[in-house]
Amino acid sequence: MTELLRTPLHDLHLELGAKMVPFAGYDMPVQYEGVMAEHNHTREAAGLFDVSHMGQARVTGDEAALEALITADLSQIGPGEQKYSLLLNDEGGVMDDLMVSRPDGRGVFLVVNAACKANDFAHMASRFGDRAGLTVLSDRALLALQGPQAHGVMEALCPPAAKLIFMQAGRFSLAGFDVLIFRSGYTGEDGFEISVPNADADALARVLLADDRVKPIGLGARDSLRLEAGLCLYGHDMDETRTPVEAALMWAVAKSRRERADFPGAERILAERAAGAKEKRVGLLLKDRAPAREGTEIVVGGERVGIVTSGGFGPTVGGPIAMGYVRADLAAPGTPVDLMVRGKARAAEIVKTPFVAQRYYRG
Amino acid sequence: MSQTRFTEDHEWIRVDGAEGVVGITAYAAEQLGDVVFVELPEVGKTFAKGDEIAVVESVKAASEIYAPVAGEIIAVNDALEGEPAKVNEAPDGEGWFVKIKVSDAGEFAALMDQAAYDAHIG
Repeated sequence: MTELLRTPLHDLHLELGAKMVPFAGYDMPVQYEGVMAEHNHTREAAGLFDVSHMGQARVTGDEAALEALITADLSQIGPGEQKYSLLLNDEGGVMDDLMVSRPDGRGVFLVVNAACKANDFAHMASRFGDRAGLTVLSDRALLALQGPQAHGVMEALCPPAAKLIFMQAGRFSLAGFDVLIFRSGYTGEDGFEISVPNADADALARVLLADDRVKPIGLGARDSLRLEAGLCLYGHDMDETRTPVEAALMWAVAKSRRERADFPGAERILAERAAGAKEKRVGLLLKDRAPAREGTEIVVGGERVGIVTSGGFGPTVGGPIAMGYVRADLAAPGTPVDLMVRGKARAAEIVKTPFVAQRYYRG
Repeated sequence: MSQTRFTEDHEWIRVDGAEGVVGITAYAAEQLGDVVFVELPEVGKTFAKGDEIAVVESVKAASEIYAPVAGEIIAVNDALEGEPAKVNEAPDGEGWFVKIKVSDAGEFAALMDQAAYDAHIG
């Protein structure tokens, strides 16, 4: 077995009493005081997440080389702006989801998933050839400050960054550290993602945790928070076998790119969009208390019609929730289905996501 | 007088006469984290030692609970349906899972006593 990688906050996690688990090749904190308490604290106050395992990179040179691989229209991402986008393979399958931004005057900035980063960056470098440069920023950590009080915490430390609105980004001095701040996250709450040099990450995390409103939050609550927010987890809720149409992510394909039909797999995806996908990603609300985990079969009238791709207990919802794929004719909200949990049919209903209203700061 | 013994999988069984009450240890409850659902067996079912008798769901994952000894289920803790958190709050009291009619007292005697279990969890 290969040695697990460590983020610059590893010592801090141990000091804070985190329970550590392997995740995407890293030794990561799954919880500190408990998933439920951490989840609720993030919804009520502010949580600090170490997401330094994610991949950060800059693209310089001919941006068209990047645009050809993703679904964003880079001309629509101005200075200080960020967009959610998809990295597609040539057939239109989802290789990863990513954040694309221009936080400073130094080209396009990318944040990709930890489990995908090696593959993503190899794919980009090979397709860029000499046209564009890819600089992988393994010298930077990433912290997420999330929750309704994240704004107040930021305002106390760096008032200009607190003025950003959802999906804006910039370069700031935060408690004396030179950082990039993005007003975004993976919890459905208002909040910030902060890219900081590895050498400053521990000190910055301690400054943020010194605020009484902020508690450290592990990957366990990160998962329940994002599931309630209806946000996809790559490798579970979408992967290379799913198109953006099936994954209900066509909103991440820029309108101009659809009109030009110039994104990877455009022909297939646009045809699928016109004809309708065979399956659709949906939310599932269970009627009783048994959580339905990933891999649970979705059944109607005894016939298998889909599968759960993420499922668990939603602390804010107060009950079990799930996401999965069902046959498109059964994807309408309100459709009753059964989830086969350990051989027992558990009643559920197709619902719209998010399960918990998103509370992004839009100014 | 009742006697309590423990399995390597962190179940406890407290036996009084031929009846045993089964739950999970405080150590196990702590490891599982917040319990949100417990699936209990039907009363009247019989199990061999080591069979799966219940499933505990925490926010993150599902974990199986095994029969510490062979026997017949004579009662289940229906209160867990509404208050699964009792497993965390009182794992060796109100958070009990099932009552078993013990078929073989020898199986019970072979389980760990408190001192051996304490050593087991180190």
